[in-house]
Amino acid sequence: MATASPREVPTDQANDKRLKILEATMKRHQYRADALIEVLHKAQELYGHLTEDRLLAIAHSLHLPPSRVYGVATFYHFFSLTPQGEHSCTVCLGTACYVKGAMELLAALEAESGLRAGSTSADRKLSLLTARCLGACGIAPAVIVDGNVTGHADPEVMRARVRALLDEE
Amino acid sequence: MMEFQDLQIMAEQERTRRKAIRIHCCTSSGCQASGALELFHQLQAAVEAAGQNERVDIIGVGCMGFCGQGPMVSVEADGVLFEHVRPEQAPEIIASLDGGPCNVKQGDHAHPFFARQMHIVRRNGGVIDPERIEEYIAVGGYQALYHVLHEMSPAEVIDAITRSGLRGRGGAGYPTGLKWATVAKSPGERKFVICNGDEGDPGAFMDRSILESDPHLILEGMSIAAYAVGADQGYLYVRGEYPLAIARLQKAIAQARKHDLLGSQIFDTSFNFRVDIRVGAGAFVCGEETALIASIEGRRGQPRPRPPYPAEHGLWGYPTLINNVETFGNIAPIITNGADWYAGIGTERSKGTKVFALTGKVRNTGLIEVPMGMTIREIVEELGGGTPDGTPVKGVQTGGPSGGCIPEALFDTPVDYESLAEVGSIMGSGGMVVMDATTNMVEIARFYMEFCMDESCGKCIPCRTGTVQMYRLLSKISAGQATAADLATLEQLCHLLRETSLCGLGQSAPNPVQSTLRYFREEYERLLRKRVTINLTSR
Amino acid sequence: MAARTLTINGTLISARSNETVLEAAREAGISIPTLCHLDGLSEVGACRLCLVEIAGSPKLQPACHTTVTEGMEVQTDTPRLKAHRRAIVELLFAERNHICAVCVASGHCELQQLAVEVGMSHVRYEYLSPDCSVDISHARFGIDHNRCVLCTRCVRACDEVEGVHTWDIAGRGTNARLITDLNVPWGEATSCTSCGKCLLACPTGAIFSRGSTVAELERDASRIATIVAARNERW
Repeated sequence: MATASPREVPTDQANDKRLKILEATMKRHQYRADALIEVLHKAQELYGHLTEDRLLAIAHSLHLPPSRVYGVATFYHFFSLTPQGEHSCTVCLGTACYVKGAMELLAALEAESGLRAGSTSADRKLSLLTARCLGACGIAPAVIVDGNVTGHADPEVMRARVRALLDEE
Repeated sequence: MMEFQDLQIMAEQERTRRKAIRIHCCTSSGCQASGALELFHQLQAAVEAAGQNERVDIIGVGCMGFCGQGPMVSVEADGVLFEHVRPEQAPEIIASLDGGPCNVKQGDHAHPFFARQMHIVRRNGGVIDPERIEEYIAVGGYQALYHVLHEMSPAEVIDAITRSGLRGRGGAGYPTGLKWATVAKSPGERKFVICNGDEGDPGAFMDRSILESDPHLILEGMSIAAYAVGADQGYLYVRGEYPLAIARLQKAIAQARKHDLLGSQIFDTSFNFRVDIRVGAGAFVCGEETALIASIEGRRGQPRPRPPYPAEHGLWGYPTLINNVETFGNIAPIITNGADWYAGIGTERSKGTKVFALTGKVRNTGLIEVPMGMTIREIVEELGGGTPDGTPVKGVQTGGPSGGCIPEALFDTPVDYESLAEVGSIMGSGGMVVMDATTNMVEIARFYMEFCMDESCGKCIPCRTGTVQMYRLLSKISAGQATAADLATLEQLCHLLRETSLCGLGQSAPNPVQSTLRYFREEYERLLRKRVTINLTSR
Repeated sequence: MAARTLTINGTLISARSNETVLEAAREAGISIPTLCHLDGLSEVGACRLCLVEIAGSPKLQPACHTTVTEGMEVQTDTPRLKAHRRAIVELLFAERNHICAVCVASGHCELQQLAVEVGMSHVRYEYLSPDCSVDISHARFGIDHNRCVLCTRCVRACDEVEGVHTWDIAGRGTNARLITDLNVPWGEATSCTSCGKCLLACPTGAIFSRGSTVAELERDASRIATIVAARNERW
């Protein structure tokens, strides 16, 4: 469809494209109020996080009070109102992982990155996150780095991976 | 329009196009994390390289259950099972088909982990490609739905489910037939069927695995339920943490629609049924049915007082049937094999099988499906093989943050709804986390209380602020700074939350504390005594 | 409307078939403590103070959300219920920073009255002392989150009676906070009509009119019910 190659698309146009996708999502749900969570999922997927402008626009499109949209966006842990890092490292703290030493693993990664769980490095390189059970209990402890699950995670190996992500140019 | 004959033709075509040898490679989340996708491609490449394309098919299948030994590969027919397979071992496996030497670690079907299981819900797990409807149809899929639509009245379907003795697999064990009957009888212009796939208990992944391995089984179960209660719209509410399950369900729904197995006039009858997916956004409380409904309606996932129950007043005020994934997974097998067959499995009051996620300090971790009534000891010691390093087992935690810890001394308790409740735990959705002598039970109680505190929706006062107080008291005990009075306050709060919280989250939040206090009280008291000692010496 | 006969604390009373236990009790002059309930607004059953014992039901039921039935036997004041109510009020006092001595609503505060009613002499729980803000950006009103009990009466009054929905709750658990619009200062919340219904509905000194000082804030929460009745019956 587009004539320019993707990497040359200027930011406004990229923005425009994302807006169009978001608009299409809302249209597919006929701008129904009950589609709010689905729409927020899509917005977060497109933009990485939910800005106040975006939330306000969604509120207007779905004819919802802004306070309700904000209430929903902050109720669910999946939604983030602050920008996330370029890379993410999520340590599962489910019971099986906990019993298999997930807290020690997390402590090691916190020490290595200098980040507290739930925060993002100042240079936006890395977000260190925790999860409430990924359902990968059979291979506990589990860690997700940029969407890829590692099972039987070893603190030293994971330290090295986190260091590599932080030092990446 | 799909007819019964078309189903049979599809099944026959699928069977005839099969090659002589099918090699199953698990592509579920657990094995994918251990490199199964790369292995899958390497196996395909190895078949190509060996010129075996005409004879051998590599099939990406759902979960085989033995997740701790993944990635797993099995060869159909001769039943060879490979464990911990590395991608570079692919050529060796292909060569072994013709008797070549093979040093890949082999599993044993006679191993109690497999031999003691009984597969009803998981019968297609690890056997069919979950991304192809043809494979589901080839093993008899959607025939139960056809049978129901053409040969049974809704009342007869409900009667069959009632007689089977099936009870809700989400935790509380409410009789499924009774729930269906209530929805069917409740007046409403519209009705809804919801599949609760918000498997939030940490340490549980039964539903994820079922959805990833056999999505059509769940769609068929939901369709049968919709026909029985008179619903025309269904929602599948799945945790956002399960992207692979969501992707496979989306694919399954599209395929079912394409073959007119979802949509209008299914199997040339007046039955219409549409299913939409709703993706959860990270809130444990949404497993509670009224909170789940609020979430589908696009609101904050906060529960409301029951009664009225969703069966009478549910989604947008209409009668709504909510069952969990595993419950729906039992429906088609019950219709196919009959209620009496199902009622013959299990115990007096708990029928059928139950899927458990066996994890923690246990040698064989993974998913198991066993008949109700098997003892915890059999599960942990025989199927699970005890602890990996031989450290004595201390207990097992069932039911997640709403359940309790059962000590080793009570391991002869059979797993059924009543027996587990009697020993202070619950069946729950099926998480079973084994703890050994090194596990600190006060820490476990604190871990669960932190979970409940973080997941409390904040609507009712006892849960919102009581969980915070309990977490602080447990932290104080854990740090050796608590007095006997603190322990008394903790116990009084347990009582308060159980009796006054609005929903199941708050009502059952004390369970891990109360059960550890019941069986491991000395661990708490040892920490209290420490305080006294310090005071005496500093005086 | 058919009548129902039931007993509350052993006294035989009659009620209309669509009434709640709370309504029936109050008509009969039996008081049941409440906090999130406000006549004229929908019920949320959140504060758990009006829980009562009903014969034959193993679980305690909220009087505000339970419809009367024929022959129902209700107990509203047993030692078990009294103990629970006291604990809940104590938990509320420990949750935020409720200092009556400097509060505009002192003497006219429902939370304060509740503490007296349930016989709270001290708080057994650790004070959580959260960091809460005060927002006085609105020209006429202010909100002090230290005194908010998250009963959502303001949210419901604004949504159901004024029809605006300026208020809602953000976050969850004990970190939940009342917000206006997109979590903007109240004075910048463009949807707010400054009608003051939230002020009427608030049971504590959390929402106050600017300029009132200690113990000066007197409000009549029953005006919400009057407005709703006026609207429904088209006076």
